[in-house]
Amino acid sequence: MLKAVILIGGPQKGTRFRPLSFEVPKPLFPVAGVPMIQHHIEACTKVPNMKEILLVGFYQPTEALSRFLVSAQQEFKIPIRYLQEYAALGTGGGIYHFRDQILSGGPEAFFVLNADVCSEFPLPEMLAFQQQRGDPPSFVMLGTTANRKQSLNYGCIVANTDTCEVLHYVEKPSTFVSEIINCGIYLFTPAVFQHIGEVFQSTQRELLLEESTNGWQRAEVIRLEQDVFTALAGRGKLYVYKTDGFWSQIKSAGSAIYANRLYLSQYSQCHPERLARSSPRGPTIRGNVYIHPTASVDRSAVLGPNVSIGKGVTVGAGVRVRESIILHGASLQDHTCVLHSIVGWDSTIGRWARVEGTPSDPNPNDPYAKIDSETLFRDGRLTPSITILGCNVTIPAEVVILNSIVLPHKELSRSFKNQIIL
Amino acid sequence: GAGAAPQRTGLTWRLPSPHSAMKALILVGGYGTRLRPLTLSTPKPLVEFCNKPMLLHQLEALRQAGVDHVILAVSYMSEVLEGAMREQEQRLGIRISLSHEKEPLGTAGPLALARELLAETSEPFFVLNSDVICDFPFTDMVRFHKHHGKEGSIVVTKVEEPSKYGVVVCEAETGRIHRFVEKPQVFVSNKINAGMYIFNPSLLHRIQLRPTSIEKEIFPVMAQDGELYAMELQGFWMDIGQPKDFLTGMCMFLQSLRVRHPERLHAGPGFVGNVLVDPSAQIGENCTIGPNVTIGAGVVVEDGVRIKRCTILKGSRIRSHSWLESCIVGWLSSVGQWVRMENVTVLGEDVIVNDELYLNGANVLPHKSIAESVPEPRIIM
Repeated sequence: MLKAVILIGGPQKGTRFRPLSFEVPKPLFPVAGVPMIQHHIEACTKVPNMKEILLVGFYQPTEALSRFLVSAQQEFKIPIRYLQEYAALGTGGGIYHFRDQILSGGPEAFFVLNADVCSEFPLPEMLAFQQQRGDPPSFVMLGTTANRKQSLNYGCIVANTDTCEVLHYVEKPSTFVSEIINCGIYLFTPAVFQHIGEVFQSTQRELLLEESTNGWQRAEVIRLEQDVFTALAGRGKLYVYKTDGFWSQIKSAGSAIYANRLYLSQYSQCHPERLARSSPRGPTIRGNVYIHPTASVDRSAVLGPNVSIGKGVTVGAGVRVRESIILHGASLQDHTCVLHSIVGWDSTIGRWARVEGTPSDPNPNDPYAKIDSETLFRDGRLTPSITILGCNVTIPAEVVILNSIVLPHKELSRSFKNQIIL
Repeated sequence: GAGAAPQRTGLTWRLPSPHSAMKALILVGGYGTRLRPLTLSTPKPLVEFCNKPMLLHQLEALRQAGVDHVILAVSYMSEVLEGAMREQEQRLGIRISLSHEKEPLGTAGPLALARELLAETSEPFFVLNSDVICDFPFTDMVRFHKHHGKEGSIVVTKVEEPSKYGVVVCEAETGRIHRFVEKPQVFVSNKINAGMYIFNPSLLHRIQLRPTSIEKEIFPVMAQDGELYAMELQGFWMDIGQPKDFLTGMCMFLQSLRVRHPERLHAGPGFVGNVLVDPSAQIGENCTIGPNVTIGAGVVVEDGVRIKRCTILKGSRIRSHSWLESCIVGWLSSVGQWVRMENVTVLGEDVIVNDELYLNGANVLPHKSIAESVPEPRIIM
C-alpha cells in the first residue's frame, strides 16, 4: 500500500505571500476554486492503493485547517491527518521526526509533495517509472525543464541521459549547472529514513564539536535538498522522472494567479463540468472561469478568461473581471473592472472603480520559462505586479487602484498607483 | 432704435441703425498648436466649445453688439475656415473678411495689415484674441470707450496668478492705465489683459507693417500718453487655447448658462450638475452624466457610463461601463467598454480606444488605435 505526505510549512515561511497569508495559511489559499493542497490531495487519491495522506508542518492547528481536513476527508473518502512539528524542522526533518507514523501499516513507498507547487502531479507515472527500474526500489524525484537563467533559482539535477540516475544535485547554484530542475515532488521508500538518519547523526556530531555557539540551531533541521539529495547523488539510489506537464512554484501572489490559470486549464481538459459556461440567463463567460455555486453574478457581467469566483461573492451589473481571483464574500459593485488582481475575502469594490495589476507571467515565447521569483522593489521602486486587496478592504466608487497592495481591513478614500498601503 | 439688439428673422439678422455698425478684428493666428491634437483635424476657430465653434461664440456676441464686419487675422489660410466663414456670413448677416499674414506680424502687426478695412469708417473697432471666452461685454465696452473719449480701452480681469499674463496698473475710478507690464517677475497687480480691446482708428498711426507686440510696444506708449483705459470684466474669463484650460473654461461657461439660460442645460435622472447635450445625442441606461459635461451632436453614450468634466465631440461613441473624467473626446472617436480615462486625456479625431484600457493624461493623435493602457501622461503618436 502507499501513502502520501504533503509538506505544508508554517507561518514564518511564505512571507512573500503576504498579505494574503495573514488570513489563511498559504497551503489553504484557494486556487481555481479550491484550497491549494486540495489539488495535491485529489491527485494522490487517483493513485491506486493510496491509503492515507499526512500533512506535515508547523502551523498551529487553526479552525481553517481543521475544517479543511474534515471536508477533504468527506470528499475524497481517505484518512487525512495533520502532524504538527514542534518547530520548523526543514523538508527532511519533519518527515524524519514522524517516520514511525509514515511507516505505520507498512507502506512499500510514499510520495512527498511540497504544498507550494502547482502541478499536473504525474504520480502514477512516477510509480510506474520506479517499478520499471526494478529492485532495489529507487527514490524518484520529479523533474522538469527550465531555461538556463531561471534554473539558478531552483534545485538543479544532473542526470544520466539513459538511466536517469541523479549524478549531481545542487540547490540554487550561483552558476549554471543544469536545465533540469527539482519540482518538489518525490517518491520514497522506507529506506530513505536510513539516509536521513545518517545526515541527522553527522549534523549532531558537528554541533557537539562546535559546543553550540548558536544555541537555537537544532540537529533535527534537515533539508532534503541540500542535505540529503546532494549526498545521495551519484550513488545509484536517486533517479529523476522528467515531466513536460505544467508545473510552477507558488511563492507570491503573482504566481497564485498563474497557478489559477494552469489549474483552470486543466479543468477544461479533465473536469469541464467544474467550469462555468455562457448561458442566456447568465453572465457572459470567456475562456476558463470557475464560479462557486453560492456566488451571485449579474447576467450583464463579463467574466474571464482565467477567473475564479469564490463562495458567496456578489458580482454586480456590467462588471468585468479578467485574469483574477475573487475570494469568498467579496462584493464587486456595478460597472467595476478587475484585471490581474486578487480581491480579498469580504472586500468591497465601489461602482465604476478600476482595480488592476500587472501580470508576472513567464515569457510565453519560451516553453521552459518559469514565473519569476519577483522582488518587490527594483531600483528603489515598487515593481509593477498583481494588485492584491487583503481581507475586508473597501475601495470607494470611481477610483483606480493600480499595481498596489492593500493590507487587510483598510478603507481607502482615493486612487492609488504603485504603492503598498498599510 | 439705436443700440437695440438685432432681431432674428428666419436665418438672417436684421441690422440695427447703421451709425452704430462697427468692425472687429479677431486675432486667429496660425496652427493652434497648443490645442493639438484637435487642431490637427480642424482649424482652431472651428473646434466646438460647448457645442458651438469657438469663433462663433465671439461672432454672435459681436453681432449682438452691432458689429457688421469682422476681419479674421490669420497666419495660416485654411480652405475649411474660409468655407465655414462664408456660411456664417449668410447665417448671421455679417460681412467676414480674411486678412492673411504671409509672415509673422505679432499681436499688433495684423492691425496694420488690415488697415484699409479697419479705416473704412471712423467708428472705433474691436480687437479680440480668438481664444478668449467670457460673457462678452461688447456693448458695455462701447459705452465705456465713448465715455472717456480716449484712443483705446482694454478689458481687464482679476486672476489668481497674474504673472502668467500681461498685468495692468490703473486708476481705480476712471480706469486710466498707468502702466502695462508683460509677465511681471514680482507682484504688481492682479488685473490682467483679458484680450479684448476697442480702439479708435487713429491707433493705426502707431502701428507699422512689421512684427510688433501690442502688449510690449504699443500699450506702454499709449499708457504714457494717457490714451489707454481699463474696463474691468464682470463674471468668468478663460483663455481656452489648451486642453486643460479648455475644460476649465467649459465648467465656467456651463455655470454661466445655468444662471442665464438654465433651460438649455439637460436635466433628469442620471444627470448631475451642469450638463449640455445636443438633441441628437443618445444616452443609454444607468448612466451618470455630469457635472460639467458637454455632449455633441450624434454622440452615442452606451449603458452604465459615468462622465464628469468632459467634452465629447460630434459623432463619438462611448461604450458601456466606461468611466471618463476631465477628458476631451475627439470627433468620431470610439471609446471601448470598461475604459477608464482621466487627467486631461485628449483624443484626436477618429481615435479608437480598445476595451478595458486605462488612459491617464494620454494625448492621442488622430486616426490612432489604442491597444495598450497609458498609465502615466504621454503623447501617443
